[in-house]
Amino acid sequence: MARALINVPRKARRGDVIEIKTLLSHPMETGYRRDNVGNPIPRDIISRFVCIYNGTEVFQADLFPAVAANPFLSFFTVATESGTLEFRWTDDHGNTQTASASIEVE
Amino acid sequence: MENIAHQPATRRVLLTAVGSFIGYFGVASTFALRPAIATPASMAAAIREAVGEAALHQGRVKLEIPPLVENGNTVSMTISVDSPMTELDHVRSIHIFNEKNPQPNVTTFHLTPRVGRARVSTRIRLADSQKIVAIARLSDDSYWYDSVDVMVTLAACLEDLR
Repeated sequence: MARALINVPRKARRGDVIEIKTLLSHPMETGYRRDNVGNPIPRDIISRFVCIYNGTEVFQADLFPAVAANPFLSFFTVATESGTLEFRWTDDHGNTQTASASIEVE
Repeated sequence: MENIAHQPATRRVLLTAVGSFIGYFGVASTFALRPAIATPASMAAAIREAVGEAALHQGRVKLEIPPLVENGNTVSMTISVDSPMTELDHVRSIHIFNEKNPQPNVTTFHLTPRVGRARVSTRIRLADSQKIVAIARLSDDSYWYDSVDVMVTLAACLEDLR
């Protein structure tokens, strides 16, 4: 299982725009490279990222091989209520990795 | 005498002919081995696919990417769009395209009013010095763009495997 790093403020005031940073440890293999004996290395790409705030999708991204290894994304969201932010990465084969963070909104 | 003088000439002619033959096919085969690269034409086609027949306006979008990159394997990029991000007026999506990577698409971000601020950062690969284009689709279905020319000294995709 790959490792995910997430940075979400633990506390926020209602209505604040907060920054979220996510990084997934993943090779993002393009499928255009060859190994040292010349065989093509098969493509392995995280093609979709979703951020779900208490059940509502707030941000999505479609990723292509042009995204660097260990895909990093930073974006914003409005702190509306206390709860959980769930992050979901899906690769070409439909395998999903998830991570979550809780936030307290005053 | 005439024979001796004549021989090197034929050898030279022959070597030149062989050399150019190898040179020609050598170059041709390296081109054939390279993966298909996105050309400005394929970038234009990818943009058409995302935007359709809508007009592209310059402005409102700001694409921040260093103009000179030493290592194309990871290049920081930030896109921000001037938008209040309300229910009535927000950014629906941001599309990033490139000219010379093997594929013209880089990323597509889908935003909602819940995002609050239309600003996204990520890290990308660049296979060559090229133009990067960011297009934002707003909630009124207008399209705005910004583009930046980036110079890359060490390209991505070509690094040796350890």
